Amino acid sequence: MSIDQTTAAKVAKLARIKVEDDALPALATEFNNILGFIEQLNEVDVEGVEPMTSVTPQRLKRRVDEVTDGNQQEKVLANAPDAREGFFAVPKVVE
Amino acid sequence: MSDLNKLGLAEARDALRNGDTTSVELTQACLTAIEGADALNAYVHKTPEIALERAAAADARLKEGEAPAMCGLPIGVKDLFCTQGVDSQAASNILQGFKPEYESTVTQNLKDAGAVMLGKLNMDEFAMGSSNESSAYGAAVNPWKREGDDTQLTPGGSSGGSAAAVAADLCLAATGTDTGGSIRQPAAFTGTVGIKPTYGRCSRWGIVSYASSLDQAGPMTKSVRDAAIMLEAMAGHDAKDSTSADLAVPNFEALLTGDIRGKKVGIPREYRVDGMPDSVERLWNEGAEMLKAAGAEVVDISLPHTEYALPAYYVIAPAEASSNLARYDGVRYGQRSALDAGDGITEMYEKSRAAGFGPEVQRRIMIGTYVLSAGFYDAYYNRARKVRSLIKKDFEDAFAAGVDVILAPATPSAAFGLGEKASADPVEMYLMDIFTVTLNLAGLPGVALPVGTNSQGLPMGLQMIGKPWEEGDLLNTAYALEQSVGFVAKPQKWW
Repeated sequence: MSIDQTTAAKVAKLARIKVEDDALPALATEFNNILGFIEQLNEVDVEGVEPMTSVTPQRLKRRVDEVTDGNQQEKVLANAPDAREGFFAVPKVVE
Repeated sequence: MSDLNKLGLAEARDALRNGDTTSVELTQACLTAIEGADALNAYVHKTPEIALERAAAADARLKEGEAPAMCGLPIGVKDLFCTQGVDSQAASNILQGFKPEYESTVTQNLKDAGAVMLGKLNMDEFAMGSSNESSAYGAAVNPWKREGDDTQLTPGGSSGGSAAAVAADLCLAATGTDTGGSIRQPAAFTGTVGIKPTYGRCSRWGIVSYASSLDQAGPMTKSVRDAAIMLEAMAGHDAKDSTSADLAVPNFEALLTGDIRGKKVGIPREYRVDGMPDSVERLWNEGAEMLKAAGAEVVDISLPHTEYALPAYYVIAPAEASSNLARYDGVRYGQRSALDAGDGITEMYEKSRAAGFGPEVQRRIMIGTYVLSAGFYDAYYNRARKVRSLIKKDFEDAFAAGVDVILAPATPSAAFGLGEKASADPVEMYLMDIFTVTLNLAGLPGVALPVGTNSQGLPMGLQMIGKPWEEGDLLNTAYALEQSVGFVAKPQKWW
């Protein structure tokens, strides 16, 4: 599996990380090095093996479906880069 | 008493209980040591006011009698733990200025026990790294140096600041976290003790997530006894972490008898890798001999899928990271980049994340994004999860055959120089975790402890791996080895 610059650009886009065009060749090379390393996994016979979903064999705990938290608007917004009138503020989203 | 900062937790606890010193005195000694140690870049947010306030409160509590073991003991906290009102940046620019409105469960447990927080400790950004060089604060520096050589060395990573602070006596002990070796590798590089408990033993709530199915918090200390004391204070069930185990936490210290007669210690042949330095091999053999002399039975075992642990890790951890780190979007906390006219919300995400994340974090997010993307999910992510099942089964088979504890090297070398592995290929750095990463994948507890020094005078560690939830037995075996080794070397002060 080899990653070209177009694929590298697509991955960057999916990850929402801005990568300048002139940085794409180096990025693609790095991806290929790492994926080359990962491809050792193809040597393993995994026929009939279940993929691990939980490392400890325990059922997730359940709790009663009730409100346990809330009314903390100020705390929730305290670290926001831009908060106004009780809301997170972001650039205009409407197309 | 002099040099109070050089005490371990157990000695300081006993001194407090005997009235030989006070928490304020202990804390002052540490704060003074910290002030003189900026060259190590271990503390990145110092909290002397909080420390002295908690120390005074601890002294009052001690006076009333019956205080918990950690009461009044000054410790450092890895920057990955959210601490209320105190910068918690995960060594990332994207979280610059972030002051949580809440306290992580582990640091709350320590606080409730009366422990005194001295400040926040350096680390690799988002715990991704093995040298502390990927930190927005710059690298922490190992207090150890090679004999006759002034090169600055890495304290390891990601809990590099914690390891450096413990080794240099800038605290009595520190918290760390371990996703692929981030407690044990720095412990080995600095001549300190670190244990990664069983997955689920410590709550992950309030610890900045890297790879949630692998992350565990644990103590980094000056002795095995100290690790037992501090782990007990950190651990426990927490309703706020659904993967936290609802099991009683034993009194780990009480289990330190040093008696390991009849214990079966496994030596995994697959850990004897090509190019392993003679010093590592020798140390490993010596460790096995000492355990044998203490009455343990040493047997060769096989963990056949060991070589596939690292590649599996470098699928699973980035995959989880790409999901976990999606939350850093420049909206709810942390940094938002300046935008150009006409930029919309997508540009805001892309620019904030490009500016806020360092290169290694960006690399892992994108690798994770790739292995989870349509068309590759089965080939990479599902295959890695199947290999993970096989790695866990290797250990289960060994334990089923009667092995109690597995003995292995902690790292493929002693601490290396800062910048020495800055070459183009990130895979070279990933190989640092070759001995540590397997047990994160299997969820098992592992402890690293110093066992000797190499020809250049640098500390070398071994690692022991235990059965799930058997940290007590594991620590006791480590304690027996510690007693046999008698490691007392300390770094020469140059900072």
